[in-house]
Amino acid sequence: MKFLEQMIEKMRPLFAPGRPLHLFHAVFEATDSFLLTPPDVTDGPPHVRDALDIKRTMTFVVIALIPCTLFGIFNAGYMHNTVNQVPGAGFLQHLLQGLRLVLPIILVSYAAGGFWEVLFATIRKHEINEGFLVTGLLFPLILPPTIPLWQVAVGISFGTVIGKEIFGGTGFNVLNPALTARAFLYFAYPAQISGDRVWASVTDWAGVADGFTGATSLAVAKAAPAGANIVEFLRQSGFSLKSMVMGLEPGSIGETSAIAVTLGLLILVLTGIGSWRIIAGGVLGTAMSVTLLNVLPEPLRLAKPILQLPFYYDLVMGGIFFGIVFMATDPVSAAATPAGKWIYGFSIGALTIVIRTFNPAYPAGNMLAILFCNVMAPLVDHMVVQVHIRHRARYLARMNHG
Amino acid sequence: MAENLKKILVDPLSESNPITIQILGICSALAVTVKMETALVMAMALTVVTAGSNLVISLLRKSIPGRIRMVVEVAVIATLVIVADQFIRAYLFDISRQLSVFVGLIITNCIVMGRAEAFAIQNPPLPSLLDGLGNGLGYSLILLIVAFFRELLGSGSLFGWRLLPGGYPGNGMALLAPGAFFALGLIIWVQRTLTKKFDTE
Repeated sequence: MKFLEQMIEKMRPLFAPGRPLHLFHAVFEATDSFLLTPPDVTDGPPHVRDALDIKRTMTFVVIALIPCTLFGIFNAGYMHNTVNQVPGAGFLQHLLQGLRLVLPIILVSYAAGGFWEVLFATIRKHEINEGFLVTGLLFPLILPPTIPLWQVAVGISFGTVIGKEIFGGTGFNVLNPALTARAFLYFAYPAQISGDRVWASVTDWAGVADGFTGATSLAVAKAAPAGANIVEFLRQSGFSLKSMVMGLEPGSIGETSAIAVTLGLLILVLTGIGSWRIIAGGVLGTAMSVTLLNVLPEPLRLAKPILQLPFYYDLVMGGIFFGIVFMATDPVSAAATPAGKWIYGFSIGALTIVIRTFNPAYPAGNMLAILFCNVMAPLVDHMVVQVHIRHRARYLARMNHG
Repeated sequence: MAENLKKILVDPLSESNPITIQILGICSALAVTVKMETALVMAMALTVVTAGSNLVISLLRKSIPGRIRMVVEVAVIATLVIVADQFIRAYLFDISRQLSVFVGLIITNCIVMGRAEAFAIQNPPLPSLLDGLGNGLGYSLILLIVAFFRELLGSGSLFGWRLLPGGYPGNGMALLAPGAFFALGLIIWVQRTLTKKFDTE
């Protein structure tokens, strides 16, 4: 550490204003604060004495994402080896194959997104923000493992520039940048990010294991024929509640395992980084809207078997759990007031279910629901504050006259 | 005077562009810019209508009673739009089918009405004609730039000619209306950065 500190201090004058390397000032500052704790103090009051700054916050989110990342890597390799019937593949082979599939996606995401981040930081002469470390990792985790690498680069570029930088950078973005990037890919190149054939890496579709269609559990549930017993239908297609909680199944890289997401959830909530209100609101919104669908008149439910699905199935299918835990809790784009967080989370859960159940065109209900609620979050906050103000005014009036 | 006339003609191209600065006529700018061909025809139709209506309204400006001037303006614009629509139907039938209602909707285009109301009603014929022409061209310029990027990125072609290699996967987003919003937003960003004009007042 001493050595590192000395080296950085020796290089500091080179980046001072007016010196040759001043243009790369932002890169230098980022390296400095990433490796060491910078001595800078906030310019103006209030001076909150807390070890928690953006860097620490974002580092915790990255740590919370580790279970999902590792499991996603393993799952990608496991699916590849199982579906392609690679002989003699064990734990290590799965992991290596997964690394071969997923690591390039993560690297491209960091490289392409980092390029824009550095470019804007340099032009605007501000420091590079650690927020990108999260976006750059979140984005690969919500992509299918077969995504072409150039699309990863195009997507993260769009997400970083349009989703964040044009609003002024980290802290000003209305939308979640990682989801913006995914939504862009979803509408620009639907063939590589939707359908049944992108969720598992398959070398030859003619030679896959018997009965494997590549469909995700959610796609299977949506396609259930009228009158079918949905739980039984899912089990016949290879999806039981246990397997979906485990997550060894086709899907986006990071979202398949409810266990890995729960580990992330615990880290986020215990460290206080992710708002438990948003997560609880999201789960509640999902559960309540699904339960409401469950009591619809029987003929309706028979015609559309997905309406019969118990809510705990809905929670572990598709990206909803991952989305609620990691995407909805993004502190910048979420609602900020305590009551607003409940409303915001609840709307995301309920809206996801509405899209998922009634819209045949968009299986990715959670992505659209979160983006929509991102836009609505300031409105929710505004209403919460107005209601509070009115309550106080009424209270004051009562005090004065009563 | 000549200097002034030139300013009237050139200003709407960038300085006071109807789309990027005044943010008018967005609806048609989104709807017809999937292809260069339709964008070009639409741009020409709007330029002719704006210039024509400005000229006619300017000639009539002293005899139009102030209280019913909007009605007269709409009557003039509607007449010209119907002429343009019939002309396109007669000579460019295929394109007129692709443009569908949007030629007819020029009547409601804010740019046409806006120029008549803001300029032609109180200025002599020649400046009014140039003003209409300039605003039409400013609209055309942005329409063609948006259509250029949308057709090139979305379909890999320009004016229907395939430019990018066959393996190029079309960007579906560019073909959707949000694609036009993004293109328009980026153009405005670039323009305001280049001209250093951030305040439209």
